[in-house]
Amino acid sequence: MLVTLLRRLMQSAFVVVAMSVIVFFGVHIVGDPVWLLVNPQADQADIEATIRALGLDRPIHEQYFHFVRGALAGDFGKSFTFGESALKVILQRMPATLELAIAAVVMAIIIGIPLGLYAGLKPQSPISKTIMAGSIVGFSLPTFWVGLMLIMVFAVMLGWLPSTGRGPTATYFGITSSAFTLEGLRHLMLPAINLALLKVSLVIRLTRAGTMEAVHQDYIKFARAKGLAPRRIVGVHLLKNILIPVVTVLGLEFGNLVAFSVVTETIFAWPGMGKLLINAIQSLDRPIVVAYLIMIVLLFVFINLVVDLLYSVLDPRVRLSDRAA
Amino acid sequence: MSRLVTEGPAPAEDKADVPPREETPLARFWSEYRESPLAVAALLLVAVLIVLALVAPYIVPQNPYDLAQVDVLDSRLPPGTKSSNGKYTHWLGTDGAGRDLLSAMLYGLRISLAVGVMSGFIAMALGAAVGLLASYAGGRTEAAIMRLVDLQLSFPAILLALMLIAVLGKGVDKIIIALVTVQWAYYARTVRGTALVEQRKDYVEAARGLGLSHSRIVLKHILPNCLPPLIVVGTVQTAHAISLEATLSFLGVGLPQTEPSLGLLISNGFEYMLSGKYWISFFPGIVLLVTIVVINLVGDRLRDVLNPRLKR
Amino acid sequence: MGWVKAFAVAAAIGMSGAVAPLTAQELKIGVMAQPSAMDPHFHNLTPNNSMLSHIFERLVETAADGKLKPGLATSWKTIDDTTWEFKLRPDVKWHNGSAFTADDVVFTFERAPNVPNSPSSFASAIKGKTIKKVDDLTVHISTAAPFPLMPNALSNVLIVSKAVGNGAKTEDYNSGKAAVGTGPYKFASYVPDDRVEVVRNDAYWGGKPQWEKITFRPIKAAPARVAALLSGDVDMIEDVPTTDIERLKKDDKLTIVQTVSRRVIYFHLDQARDVTPFIKGKDGAEIKNPLKDLRVRQALSKAINREAIVSRVMEGAAIPASQFLSEQFFGTSKQLKPVAYDPEGAKKLLEAAGYPNGFKMTMHGPNGRYTNDVKIIEAVAQMFTRIGVETTVETLPPAVFFSRASTGNKGEPEFSFILVGWSADTGETSGSLKPLVGTFDKEKGSGTANRGRYSNPDLDKLVEEALKTNDDAKRGEILAKASETAINDVAIIPVQYPLSTWALKKGLKYPGRADEYTIGSDVTR
Repeated sequence: MLVTLLRRLMQSAFVVVAMSVIVFFGVHIVGDPVWLLVNPQADQADIEATIRALGLDRPIHEQYFHFVRGALAGDFGKSFTFGESALKVILQRMPATLELAIAAVVMAIIIGIPLGLYAGLKPQSPISKTIMAGSIVGFSLPTFWVGLMLIMVFAVMLGWLPSTGRGPTATYFGITSSAFTLEGLRHLMLPAINLALLKVSLVIRLTRAGTMEAVHQDYIKFARAKGLAPRRIVGVHLLKNILIPVVTVLGLEFGNLVAFSVVTETIFAWPGMGKLLINAIQSLDRPIVVAYLIMIVLLFVFINLVVDLLYSVLDPRVRLSDRAA
Repeated sequence: MSRLVTEGPAPAEDKADVPPREETPLARFWSEYRESPLAVAALLLVAVLIVLALVAPYIVPQNPYDLAQVDVLDSRLPPGTKSSNGKYTHWLGTDGAGRDLLSAMLYGLRISLAVGVMSGFIAMALGAAVGLLASYAGGRTEAAIMRLVDLQLSFPAILLALMLIAVLGKGVDKIIIALVTVQWAYYARTVRGTALVEQRKDYVEAARGLGLSHSRIVLKHILPNCLPPLIVVGTVQTAHAISLEATLSFLGVGLPQTEPSLGLLISNGFEYMLSGKYWISFFPGIVLLVTIVVINLVGDRLRDVLNPRLKR
Repeated sequence: MGWVKAFAVAAAIGMSGAVAPLTAQELKIGVMAQPSAMDPHFHNLTPNNSMLSHIFERLVETAADGKLKPGLATSWKTIDDTTWEFKLRPDVKWHNGSAFTADDVVFTFERAPNVPNSPSSFASAIKGKTIKKVDDLTVHISTAAPFPLMPNALSNVLIVSKAVGNGAKTEDYNSGKAAVGTGPYKFASYVPDDRVEVVRNDAYWGGKPQWEKITFRPIKAAPARVAALLSGDVDMIEDVPTTDIERLKKDDKLTIVQTVSRRVIYFHLDQARDVTPFIKGKDGAEIKNPLKDLRVRQALSKAINREAIVSRVMEGAAIPASQFLSEQFFGTSKQLKPVAYDPEGAKKLLEAAGYPNGFKMTMHGPNGRYTNDVKIIEAVAQMFTRIGVETTVETLPPAVFFSRASTGNKGEPEFSFILVGWSADTGETSGSLKPLVGTFDKEKGSGTANRGRYSNPDLDKLVEEALKTNDDAKRGEILAKASETAINDVAIIPVQYPLSTWALKKGLKYPGRADEYTIGSDVTR
């Protein structure tokens, strides 16, 4: 097991290096950030000064090695746009994204599991069929479209919730979050729903599939025979067994939410990492993009590793140690 | 997203409950499929949409991609207005560039479906091949492929699309390349997961014992068993590709402006959503929604029919 | 179903949480872009300059109509050909209570061009100027050659305090530690991507400011910005999308403010290369660059229906353009009128130039850099196609477009025919003529944005002469003549001057600004 883990870590290091190379040179191919950064009024001398100030006058491979030297020391360079450490700029926006992602996942679980259970226990009922058909609608429309619709209905027409932005924050137990204030929660509502819509559908499907499979299995039949209350059977025995795949998949999805809630954060003017990433990509702020994606690839590698380990524990047929031989 | 739905538990464990073969597999499949009226209706609608997309050039009043036929003076006309040249009526109104919306939507449907299906198929073929290779070869090859999958899955589609535009320019073929690059990894992961389970089963071990060639084992024994989840992921990903193309267009890295897909029409219509000119965003939105929903409904039914574990 | 539940939860929270009462003393503004720093010398770009105008001030300020007015300097004049004298405003206090003096101005001149990592510094505004403190309230600024645009140049540079700013880094301004100005509002908080808050400076020299607090929130997506106003989350938004103006005008709870900006949207044409890569014959064969022929350029200009673009594409939020800058600004020509739409005349000119059947052209432009850029390109492509110039449109993300348009062809501009925009930050035409149609010349700093590489020695001479002429009336005449020379030679094809649009809650007033800045201090009830 330890060997496997070490091997996996080595491989992950390669992935990180590959990512840094691809992104570094990829952003370079797209264009020269200078034209987006300088004031259009600047003359040739100013433009050249900016190019030098940002280190863009050197050959690209030299820039890359300069970056690697810094990165090894934990310095990912300064953002072209903000002039501050790229890592700091990213971490500054992380809490906002985390709270949004957590809210979306919690919402997905609270709404998705009961509906999925119902659909799985009574697959033939019209309600179940409506749930299933409805869950398809949930992930069928592009997020930007649904987002603006939510704003239109709940903020503009009904006036129930704020349209955009993050609410005031409060700090408890050393964590600063807008989820701790009522106004903050109200701001969190719409973007979280927008993000959760896709995940709700997913949870409904996973839960339903798991339930339909589990009801035929012996332990449930046995529990029924023993005369346990249906509530207890579903609430304890069934749920315990179907939660594992749901949690696993949601784990992977959580990574996705943290990394790429780009569109939702843009529509809702949410001051998180996703909006930072899209702005950085569009303005070719290379230090931010590179640092960001290295962080994300690490996160994904970690989540995948955990998932693989979980699988090998849960499903003895897939043994990690002898696979990697 | 939906792509992960099929990646949970592994499929078919034993073939004991497969009914005796008194009819062809296709007929059996169909008889099961049609048990759900909703799914049949969805399939019918998919067929209608495909036909509409195919015959679009022959039934619409205007070629919305021909700049000589589109006039900005006709822009933003409400549904039912006569065009300025008096030749036809804009039954669904016109968009911000003066395109007849009905014509533009049908042409757009063509492009959206083409983009979705093409990118779906290519990504599926590529992903399946890579996934099979990974599971069968094992060792270093597998590790390398799976880490490549990790890399791909953590690479944002917009950056990829932007890079492709910088190198190749905009176009339908370019967006397909972008979507394939984004999507192959999902297929690879699915196939590899299924294949891993399959190849530990007795029949594969037996085939190995018999000394059958590797390619024969993979193609004749493992691949067919991986097909059901692959088909399901395929339908879901096709729908997803259409929606992703819309999102890329929204972010400004999608298709060329003068030849809009349904997704581009929607993202153009986005800016009209609050303006009261509902038709510019509403009609393409509905068609896109219907398209994606029916494809997904078909995919859903396919999963239920093809997954032996859910059989009653 | 997911929706219903979500709906119910939303309803519950929405009902219980009382909408925060809109304190009449607070102004909330939804802006399009956020400042990249609170350091006034870090990034010379509109979002920064606009936002920081609340905290810091300049020697010379720009009034809403684009004319210069006294700021921290009460008066200025030339004392000889190359020296300007600025009298500073007495009794001005920094937010920390200390007095504003000439030392602060001298310090600003040292700091502004030298901020580390600055993506666009103020070097060009300071370059070549020597500052001398005469007494606490007088400075002399001299240049090697006569420099009539001194007040214009200084109307861009925000003055910082020497005591606070000495050794201060950009980070210190962002944290608020060094964000000490003389302006009507004091720094309160800066949360990147989220908000900037400023509070009233009760000791302001210009009288007590209107608002206790002003909050700026960056909302980039245009419909979301409009939604924020409609739902009452903000009191005012800038850069109202043209698609929504008509509807917002009808809303009796809102007011719309529109002003002509200093911006022009125009086409740049490749007039340098003998063969230009994106123009081909009708049969696809290579042809010599038709854009070098004045008749072809005139034809293309005549083919554009500017009225249609203004009314259909810009939905009225623009004015057909005749030259580099709208007529009311300094240095424009009264003779020039927008070229009339005349497709038949255009066809005749093409025929005369030897292109009776037209040619094929690919037109390039950015998507999402200027208001409705893509739609304008599309509309013009339709118009060109009608006179026989079969036009293909390729719009590119700004990140790709500007690189290729500037240096895509081995360091030279790549495209043949592009849509771009230009805002004359100096507020007069030399600020457009020199960079846009001046001969590309690194030494002289001219032709910086001349992506068509147009070159006309007569024009260069006129502009150079104007820039040495201290007499305003005379300079205006020369610039007008230069504008006529360039436009009559179709150096660029101007299309429209966009109007800047703000939307406010009814009862609020804002003098729309020509420089497109959104200044909360100017919002009154």
